[in-house]
Amino acid sequence: MDILRFITAGSVDDGKSTLIGRLLYDSKNIMVDQLEAMEKQTKNRAEGDIDLALLTDGLRAEREQGITIDVAYKYFTTPKRKFIIADAPGHIQYTRNMVTGASNSDLIIILVDARNGVAEQTRRHSIIASLLNMPQVIVAVNKMDLVDYSQDVYNNIVIEYAKLAKALELNDVTYIPISALNGDNIVDRSAALQWYEGDPLLHLLENVEVQKVINLDKARFPVQYVIRPQTEALHDYRGYAGKIISGIYKKGDAITVLPSGATSTIKAIEIDGGKLVDEAFAPQAVVLHTEDDIDISRGDVIVLNSDLPQTAQELEVLICWMDTKPLVAGNKYLLQINSTRVRSVVKNIAFRVDVNSLQKNDSPAQVELNDIVKATIKTAHPVVYDSYKDLRANGGAVLIDETSNVTVGACMIQ
Amino acid sequence: MNNYHLDYLDELESESIHIFREVAGQFEKPALLFSGGKDSITLVHLALKAFRPGKFPFPLVHIDTGHNFPEALQFRDYLAEQIGEKLIVRHVEDTIKAKRLTEQKGKFASRNQLQTYTLLDTIEEFGFDACIGGARRDEEKARAKERIFSVRDEFGQWDPKRQRPELWNIYNGKIHKGENVRAFPISNWTELDVWNYIRREKIALPSIYFSHNREVLEYEGQYVAVSDFIRIDETDVIVQKKVRYRTVGDMTCTAAVASEASTIEDIISEIIATKTSERGETRIDDKVSEAAMEDRKKNGYF
Repeated sequence: MDILRFITAGSVDDGKSTLIGRLLYDSKNIMVDQLEAMEKQTKNRAEGDIDLALLTDGLRAEREQGITIDVAYKYFTTPKRKFIIADAPGHIQYTRNMVTGASNSDLIIILVDARNGVAEQTRRHSIIASLLNMPQVIVAVNKMDLVDYSQDVYNNIVIEYAKLAKALELNDVTYIPISALNGDNIVDRSAALQWYEGDPLLHLLENVEVQKVINLDKARFPVQYVIRPQTEALHDYRGYAGKIISGIYKKGDAITVLPSGATSTIKAIEIDGGKLVDEAFAPQAVVLHTEDDIDISRGDVIVLNSDLPQTAQELEVLICWMDTKPLVAGNKYLLQINSTRVRSVVKNIAFRVDVNSLQKNDSPAQVELNDIVKATIKTAHPVVYDSYKDLRANGGAVLIDETSNVTVGACMIQ
Repeated sequence: MNNYHLDYLDELESESIHIFREVAGQFEKPALLFSGGKDSITLVHLALKAFRPGKFPFPLVHIDTGHNFPEALQFRDYLAEQIGEKLIVRHVEDTIKAKRLTEQKGKFASRNQLQTYTLLDTIEEFGFDACIGGARRDEEKARAKERIFSVRDEFGQWDPKRQRPELWNIYNGKIHKGENVRAFPISNWTELDVWNYIRREKIALPSIYFSHNREVLEYEGQYVAVSDFIRIDETDVIVQKKVRYRTVGDMTCTAAVASEASTIEDIISEIIATKTSERGETRIDDKVSEAAMEDRKKNGYF
């Protein structure tokens, strides 16, 4: 069994939370007491059937306003897979939370209201999916019941979205007509949608080939922590603890430690707190030992000589700005990539991407919350990275405001 | 490619170990909150994998309400002793006396809320800047919203509207003095994942997780252990029942489930077949209101 992490996105009332509620309900992953609580709540709000969205809208403010503010994580399992769902907000002011949910997902379900077609938020979320290099996209045309299950309506939306997908270089897109409210094409094929020849949504999710974002060629191991017991028996023990974020490491492999450039070979690989193995691969958490006594500490990256990452102090990045305080060129931030944190300055903001038209607006004076800009960042020390497009695991970074300590930006290194 | 594939439990394990090591790498004075329940026992097992042959870079800390199951306390002491790690215990009883706190009244008067005072005092006493906990997002819908690194202000309060974006596997543990972070390594595990992992790793648990005879009173469909901490009324019906505990909290607010399951296998079969959620079946304290957990978290609770 493996894990599929996916995110649902779409405009405010496209029915994301209802879809998740439906997936859990129809696959029998909702418990009786949760259902009772939802029934009670639904009555409180004087609505008709059970409001399945109540399952994910976990905060008081969300239930009061009937909208999703922050990402809720939900879990369900079928005999084929464990699913981790990030239920992300649709509202424009919470786009940063959608980016958060999308950053860890292997697949995105973009909901489109059959009555409205491709809307502003559909574009925005598709652009984010493209920026974040989402391996797979499912476009679920929802509320088909409200357009009499019309094949024409569906086909027109597919044609419209296909244009957008092409412009955004989203190559792996699957389309499906559904009604989350009524359960059409969620777990079972819908009688009302006979003209649709594909599989129901759950079947798609269970069988989609997970293009794990793991790249087995580029070996990358950011050191998180140095284990030094300093006991008599283990006087010389010095193990570098971390998670292999990409690639395969074998005993005897020639390695380089970056950014210093020191070289050595792998003497031993430990897993499970002391068990020796001959090889390990992403995403295993391991402890590495080197043949030579070289200086390695948290923030260093141990790589194989066969395929080296970039090491630089000037980075071209796309930034999704996530703070209410605007980003101003010249401001200093901490840049964190995996376990490395360095001082940095945003030198130059080249252009802003208009997420509705995809146009590039030159040199914006100010960068506001939810803006996406291309910028140059200079760092105080060399940063070890790969291009985000090539290797998501070593190409994403965050900016941290040194005075508030808040994460204010998401960077995709070019 | 096929040779390089991780099973889902391995993937979850690796994610958790990564979080543990981020806490160790980013904080000066972390602590592992350890209750003797299955989730925190799983955390200890993961910490062994993350840091052995080294010592844990944190002590185990238990906030003892005074209403704990004796079996859980025995197991807590036994495990700390066995792995040779430091255990710090602080008692809610002492906080109540020192601060003249008012205890809840009623049949199942619980110290669940008061334990937050002791926790915050303990954080202050030792200067802990990060507390690792075994909360899971599948447990409860407010928990489903919480980040893996959850920043709390100097009053321990969680502000769900001002959570930091948490991207990729990058954890931002930068805080101001006085603030602390609650870190949740098994956020993405479900109840069943934990049990499957316990089975696979052959992790030992306190005896109350397995079927045993117990004197219980039946209250609104739930079985509550007879103890000095609850009020027994004349109308109460006390029965001997074969029960086990699905979660281990305080004796006052944790209900047992009728069960014959005496092995981990049996327990897993029962959990797969059950129609009630973990907290719904066993926690009396969540039933106060729709937002009970959210409110407690906002006040500094886990």
